[in-house]
Amino acid sequence: MSTGAVGRAYPRLEGREKVTGTARYAVEYPVDGITYGWAVPSAVVRGRITRVDTTQALASPGVLAVVHHGNAPRLAPGPEPELWLLQEPAVHYRGQYVAVVVATSLEAAREGARLVRIDYDAGPHSTVLTDDHPGLYQPDHVNPSYPTDTAEGDFDAGYAAAPVRVDVTYRTPAYHNNPMEPHATTAQWRDGRLLVHDSNQGATSVRATLAELFEVPPESVRVVAQHVGGGFGSKGYAKAAVVLTALAARHVDRPVKLALTRQQIFGPIGYRTPTIQRVRLAADADGRLTAICHDAISQTSTIREFAEQTAVYTRSMYAAPHRRTTHRLVRLDVPTPFWMRAPGECPGAYALESAMDELALAVGIDPVELRIRNDTEVDPDQGRPFTSRNLVACLREGAQRFGWTDRDPTPRARRDGRWLIGTGMAGSSYPARARPSSARATARPDGSFLVQINATDIGTGARTAIWQVAADALGVPPERVEIHIGDTALPTAPLAGGSMGTASWSWAVIRAAQTLREKLQDLPGGVPADDVSADADTTDEVGGQPTLPRYAYGAQFAEVRVDADTGEVRLNRMLGVFAAGRVVNPTTARSQLIGGMTMGLSMALHEEGLLDERYGDWVNHDLATYHITGCADVESVEAYWLDEHDDELNPAGVKGIGEIGIVGAAAAIANAVHHATGVRVRDLPIRLDKLVGTSSLA
Amino acid sequence: MQGGGENATTTDERHSSRVTFEVNGSSREVTLDNRTTLLDALREHLDLTGAKKGCDHGQCGSCTVLLDGRRVKSCLVFAVTLEGRSVVSVEGLAGPDELSPLQAAFIAHDAFQCGYCTPGQLCSARGMLDEVARGWPSAVTDDLSAPAELTDAEIRERMAGNLCRCAAYPHIVAAVRETAAAS
Repeated sequence: MSTGAVGRAYPRLEGREKVTGTARYAVEYPVDGITYGWAVPSAVVRGRITRVDTTQALASPGVLAVVHHGNAPRLAPGPEPELWLLQEPAVHYRGQYVAVVVATSLEAAREGARLVRIDYDAGPHSTVLTDDHPGLYQPDHVNPSYPTDTAEGDFDAGYAAAPVRVDVTYRTPAYHNNPMEPHATTAQWRDGRLLVHDSNQGATSVRATLAELFEVPPESVRVVAQHVGGGFGSKGYAKAAVVLTALAARHVDRPVKLALTRQQIFGPIGYRTPTIQRVRLAADADGRLTAICHDAISQTSTIREFAEQTAVYTRSMYAAPHRRTTHRLVRLDVPTPFWMRAPGECPGAYALESAMDELALAVGIDPVELRIRNDTEVDPDQGRPFTSRNLVACLREGAQRFGWTDRDPTPRARRDGRWLIGTGMAGSSYPARARPSSARATARPDGSFLVQINATDIGTGARTAIWQVAADALGVPPERVEIHIGDTALPTAPLAGGSMGTASWSWAVIRAAQTLREKLQDLPGGVPADDVSADADTTDEVGGQPTLPRYAYGAQFAEVRVDADTGEVRLNRMLGVFAAGRVVNPTTARSQLIGGMTMGLSMALHEEGLLDERYGDWVNHDLATYHITGCADVESVEAYWLDEHDDELNPAGVKGIGEIGIVGAAAAIANAVHHATGVRVRDLPIRLDKLVGTSSLA
Repeated sequence: MQGGGENATTTDERHSSRVTFEVNGSSREVTLDNRTTLLDALREHLDLTGAKKGCDHGQCGSCTVLLDGRRVKSCLVFAVTLEGRSVVSVEGLAGPDELSPLQAAFIAHDAFQCGYCTPGQLCSARGMLDEVARGWPSAVTDDLSAPAELTDAEIRERMAGNLCRCAAYPHIVAAVRETAAAS
């Protein structure tokens, strides 16, 4: 019996707390005897600390301690070198945290941090990604575990023989996640046990990392993340803030809260790597692809390998007999890049979907029609049928809703006063995955139910979605269900990332609910005299699932206007149609999709990490100079979805919607700018200086 | 390992001041480090953590509160300058256990996701609606002599100082529009 909670538009469960200011984030819990930490970043790129002079800092009123490699508690050298903080004099990149000042007030800690004097022996550095960097190499695999290179058929021969060819190179800059809440932690040690309130996307793995680093049993660590002010990948695993805070708290033997500043999160907590992507497409006269090659270059750091899976999108999106993808990496003296919303797919789709637009023009076929002609029911990469692939349906519905039909493909053909008007589109896709999870469901004597799972709601609406799924699985109205998430005291669960949170968590919740209902069947009235619980762990079931190509799809459409004199680009409207399995909550789903699309707008037109090679660091590391899309930039962004049923996904039938909204979004806008102006800008963001002075613009 | 430390208090008399100002309708007397911003006074001394610290530089708007009825970025205001003045933070936008129409509209339109910028958005919207009522023009107002009309373009422009990385912007505009129309 289903009560039909899934699919209904419930407001967020924590909405009231969020609009009244009572929702507590990581450094907002009152703690007796609290002290304040302030991180000190390194002033050199690569080198060695030769002296830490704490005299002035310690003499400053309120300062309790300066924690640095010379006096910090020891950490176990773990698998995550980025987190082996304050352990060694070596400096691997500029901005690396090299000390923490702890004081009795925030102001005193900040002043103390200013007074710490650190001398370095600095060496030469290399911090700029180029396509001919001598350090280019082939990693063993790309994130998370894809083959580095793939080849099918004979690309070179297929490409050479084709009548229509496109050979283009696209570049994307460093992008910085910039969740509104910078990474922050409150840490308390008591009798060898550690309690942290931390801003992260998955408390289970943060606990495991802390236990490993501090060499305590995982049961001695509790990580709470009730409300998290966004993450977009940057809080996917334990990051510097939680380690620094726990180190400082152990050192001063008092509770410490530490929030990284906005400037301090441009790098050390991860960012989207810059990319250089060469895409070659070949087609017959009808636009049918015969050869596809995508060569992607990105960067990593000297201390950890992170290989963005930039070209993986191209492996499964469109079919062709001759295909090749490659990834090359350079180790630079920079912070390690990390996940940012749709790592791999996001920059990769920008390149491929832009190249498809160039091919459409070269072969004289409408861009929507070109994608329909190159659709495939069989995954070109795995050679198996997709469990469901509704790309064409998204394209058709999107074209109809957007008003794409009868579009004149001629660039620079529409004008409204000073404004040149153009439209563009792109395909979109993102893998639908799930990870093992556990959950507990409890029936209570008053007829209510409690569902417990260490899921995390970083703003996705996870709390509400799991609650809806739980109500249906328990067969009761959702008002009778209480949901607890965001705490390692609850059953372990995977992180909010990879668009697999809802799939993974709901799977375990449904299994726990089913077991509980079996237990309750024999009870009179189905209501127990005492609490009755059922636990579920989906490790075996998820692990035993057949490997099949499971993907969500989408079609992105954009209309821009470009000032013919100044080159200013404005987005008139953007519309996306997605096929992402079952949609649990239309309200929160729409917000997720719109949010992803808008971040794609931000990527296309606004964001750019500008690195100064002399200092090896991004100079525009604040929100005044690193522009993210603001309210005035968003005139109309609409998201729709198809009713899609796929029985080969997971019990809830969901594909995940956190990331697909950004995939292809920047390409749709870049293609629209070309349609408006006739100028093809192949390095993002599309700033006005890249348009003015070109022959197409007056 | 430890210096200056425990004996030196953060409210050193030479560097601190006693200040009395009104917060959400109640008079509060506090002794604060002269360097303490209004934002940190609220968050660290008055346990009002609704106002958020997103940048501490007046660039993101998450810390927006109302000061004598006008919206300010509380990270840019020193608390010791507030003698006799009146502050309303998100916690004071409605009575206890109540929601203002704007707060209710934010929930109804899903005008937030992670919620971190939300208190600032709400205070900013409240201040902005009062500015419109007073007839103040914005950068996109065509006719500076006519009464300000709250079009979507006006709302977007007037709310542009409050960043939302989740990009709930269309829903924020809808919530503000609905609230303005109903009042």
